[in-house]
Amino acid sequence: MARRAQPLSPALGVVAALGVAVLILGALAAVFWRAEAGRGLGPADWQAVRFTVVQAALSAGVSVGFALPVARALARRRFPGRAALIALMGAPFILPVIVAVLGLLAVFGRSGWISQGLSLIGLPPLRIYGLHGVVLAHVFFNLPLATRLILQGWQEIPAERFRLAAQLGAGPGAIWRLLEWPMLRRTAPGALAVIFAICLTSFAVALTLGGGPRATTVELAIYQAFRFDFDLARAALLSVLQIVLTGVAAALALRAAMGEGFGVGLDRAIRRWDAQGWVLKGQDGLAIALAALFLLLPLAAIATEGVAGLIALPASVWGAALNSLLIAAGSTAILLLIALPMAVAVALMRHPGWVEGAGLLGMAVSPLVIGTGAFIVIYPVADPAALALPVTALVNALMALPFALRILVPRARAVIGDFGRLALSLNMGRRAFVRLVLWPRMRPQIGFAAGLAAALSMGDLGVIALFADQEVATLPLQIYRLMGAYRMEAAAGAALLLLTLSVLLFWLFDRGGRRHAEA
Amino acid sequence: MKYLAFAAGLITSAAGQMAAAETPVLTVYTYDSFVSDWGPGPAIEKAFEADCGCDLKFVAAGDGAALLARLRLEGARSEADVVLGLDTNLTAAARDTGLFAPVEVAAEYTLPLEWSDSTFIPYDWGYFAFVQNRDLVAPHSFRELADSDLKIVIQDPRSSTPGLGLLMWVKAAYGDEAPAIWAGLSDNIVTVTKGWSEAYGLFLDGEADMVLSYTTSPAYHLIAEEDDSKTTALFDEGHYMQVEVAGKLAASDQPELADRFLQFMVTDAFQSVIPTANWMYPAVTPAAGLPKGFETLTQPKTALLFPSDEAAALRDPALAEWLAALSR
Repeated sequence: MARRAQPLSPALGVVAALGVAVLILGALAAVFWRAEAGRGLGPADWQAVRFTVVQAALSAGVSVGFALPVARALARRRFPGRAALIALMGAPFILPVIVAVLGLLAVFGRSGWISQGLSLIGLPPLRIYGLHGVVLAHVFFNLPLATRLILQGWQEIPAERFRLAAQLGAGPGAIWRLLEWPMLRRTAPGALAVIFAICLTSFAVALTLGGGPRATTVELAIYQAFRFDFDLARAALLSVLQIVLTGVAAALALRAAMGEGFGVGLDRAIRRWDAQGWVLKGQDGLAIALAALFLLLPLAAIATEGVAGLIALPASVWGAALNSLLIAAGSTAILLLIALPMAVAVALMRHPGWVEGAGLLGMAVSPLVIGTGAFIVIYPVADPAALALPVTALVNALMALPFALRILVPRARAVIGDFGRLALSLNMGRRAFVRLVLWPRMRPQIGFAAGLAAALSMGDLGVIALFADQEVATLPLQIYRLMGAYRMEAAAGAALLLLTLSVLLFWLFDRGGRRHAEA
Repeated sequence: MKYLAFAAGLITSAAGQMAAAETPVLTVYTYDSFVSDWGPGPAIEKAFEADCGCDLKFVAAGDGAALLARLRLEGARSEADVVLGLDTNLTAAARDTGLFAPVEVAAEYTLPLEWSDSTFIPYDWGYFAFVQNRDLVAPHSFRELADSDLKIVIQDPRSSTPGLGLLMWVKAAYGDEAPAIWAGLSDNIVTVTKGWSEAYGLFLDGEADMVLSYTTSPAYHLIAEEDDSKTTALFDEGHYMQVEVAGKLAASDQPELADRFLQFMVTDAFQSVIPTANWMYPAVTPAAGLPKGFETLTQPKTALLFPSDEAAALRDPALAEWLAALSR
C-alpha cells in the first residue's frame, strides 16, 4: 500500500527524534567511555530493580486508577473555580522533591495534621513509612498529571457525540461503554507508561517515605556508584537497565493503546445530559472534593510554613529565581521546537514506536548520568560553569518531552486524521495547514505542554548542581543550600516563592492556550 | 610640570592596568554551603584577597563526595588549585587518585586527636551526635537508644556524609557487635533520608525525637535564632569525629599561592569565621576563643576516628552489615 498523502511530512520530527536520541545516548556513551572497569551488577542491584519496578507499577496503577473518577467528574461538571482548581492541582508535580516530601509529611506524617487529629480521639499516629508511603507520595506527585491527561481525552470527544447519545436516550452506562471506555483505552495506557517511567527514577521520595534501605531504587544505586565508588561503568550500566525497563513499559502501553478516534466535531461546548442525576452529582462532587483535599492540604502546609520566611528572603534567592525563570523560558522554547514536530511525525508515521521511544529516553535516563555525560563532553572544549544555564534548560526540556508527547500526540493524530484529506483536497500547503488547522486546534494542548514544561523546569534540581558555581544557582538549588545551612525558615519561604512562580507560569501558558475554548 | 605629572599619571595607570591583567587567580573547589552568602566563603575571600594580590575564586560542587567525583572527572586538567571540603572518609580515595601534592603547613591544631597527614590539612571538625529537644530524657548510649521507644531519623550512608559517619561511629564503638546494635536500632529508625537537610527538616517538623547531626548544631539555634531548646545526647561510648580537610592539587598552576592559602587557612583570619558560619569547631582555636554559646555544647569524653585508610577499608563491610540489619 502506498503512503497516504498528507499535507505535512514527518521529516522534521524524525530529525528531532534522532537529535534527542543522539544527545541522550551520546551522554550515556560518554560516561561509558570515561569509565574504568567497574563492579558489575550484584544480587543487591537486582533486589533494587525489583523494588523499583514494584513501586513504580503500583504508583502508576493507583495514580491512573484514582485519576479516572476525578477526571470523569471534572469532565462532567462545571463549577466556579474549576479552572483554578485544575491549575493548582498541577502544583505537586512541579515541586522540588524535598519541599513536596516535607509538605506531605506535615499532613500525613507521625506528627502531621491527621495524626494530631487522631490523637485527639485517642488513636495512634498514622504509619506513613513503607511501600504504601512511597505509593502515596508518588500518587500525590502524579495524580494531577494523570487526571489532566485523561481529562484531556474526555474533552477530545466531540460535543456532538454526547448530543447524539442523549438523543438516543443513552444512560451513563451506555455512554461509558460507547464513548468513555474506548477513549480511555487510547489515553490511559500512555498515562500509565509515563508515570511508571517517572517513578522508575525516583530516589529521595522512595527512600524517605519507604522508611529505610528496603526502599532502595536503581537511581539510588546509580547515585552511590557515582559518588562513593566513582564507578562510572556501573552507573552507566544501571542507567541502561532503567532504559530497558522504561522501554518495556512503553512497548506494553503502546500495544495496549488501541482504537480509532471519534472524528470531527464543531467544537461546541460539551453538555452532558446523561449526568444530571443526584447520585452522579454526589459521586462526582465527592471525587473532586477528595482529590482537592488530598492534593491541596500538603500545598497549604507548604504555604503556611513559608509565609514567615517569605518576608526576609536573602537577595541571592531573588537572583536564583530570575535564573530559574530564564531556564524555564529557554527550556519551554526548546521543548516546543522538539515536541511539536515529533508529535506530528508520530501522528503521520505508520510505525512511530521508535520516535515515541526516543521521546521517553529523557525520562528513562537518570539525570545524574545525563549531567555527567554532558560534563564529560563539554569539559574538554568549554567551561561547564559558563554553560550551566543553557545545558540545564536543554536537559529540562528533554525530561519534559515524554509528557509533552503524551499531551500533543493524541490531538495531533486526531487533527491530521480528521482534516488531512480535506486539506489536501483544498490543495492547502504546509504553512497554511499549520496556521489554519493545526495551530488553532492544538492550542490548548500546546499551552498545557508548555505550561508543564515551564513549571517542571522551574522545580527541577536537574543537572545544575553538577555545573553550577558560586554565581549561578537556581531556586531549587538555593532552597537546598538554605536547608543545608540550617536556614529552614528561609528555605520554606523560598519554597513558597517557587511554588507560586511555578503555578503562575503554568497557569499563564495553560490559560493562554485555552483562551477561546471552554466556555 | 603639569605635563610631566600627567604623563606620570598615564604611566602609573597603565602599569596598574597591566598588574590587574596579570592578577593571579587561585581557584578553590569547595562544597555548596561553604560559598553561599551565609557560609564562610565571602568573609574568607575578602580576608585573603586583602593581602595576597590575587583573585580567590571559589567553585562550588555539591558536597564533599560530589567534590571528589568532580575532581576525578576533570583529572589532571582541572582548574582547581586547592580543594577544600573533603573529610577523613574520603581522603584515602582522594590520595589514591594521585592528583594531590604533599603540603607543609605549620600549625598548632586544637583537634582532640593528633593530626599527621602530609597531604591534607584540617580546617574544621565536629562530633557526630543525635540532636534532640532539651526536655527529652536523653539516652546515654546506642544500647540505651536501641532499648528505648525513641524515634530517630538518620541519613543513608550510601548518599550522605553524616550517614557514613554514623556507620563509622557504630563500627568504631562496637566493632564486631555493630550488626547487633543496628538490629536493635532498626525499630527506632523512623526513616533514612538521602541527605542531612531532609533528615534535619523532618526532625524540626516533629517527625522524630532525634536526628543524626553534630554536637555543634544546637549552637546555630542558640546563636542565630536565640533558641536554647535544642541539645545533643552524650553517648558514653564516645563520639565519632568528622574532620574537614583541604589539599593542594599537584597540577596546580599557582603552587606558591596555593601553599599560601593553605597556610592562611590555619590563621585566625580564617579560623575565626568557621564557628558561626560553618557551625563547626575551628581546627586551630582563634586567640579570641570560641564564640559565646559554644561553651554550652555537649563535650564528648572520647573522640573516635578511624585513620583514613582504615575507614576506606571498613566502609564496604560496614555498609553490608548495615544493609543486612535494616533490610529485614
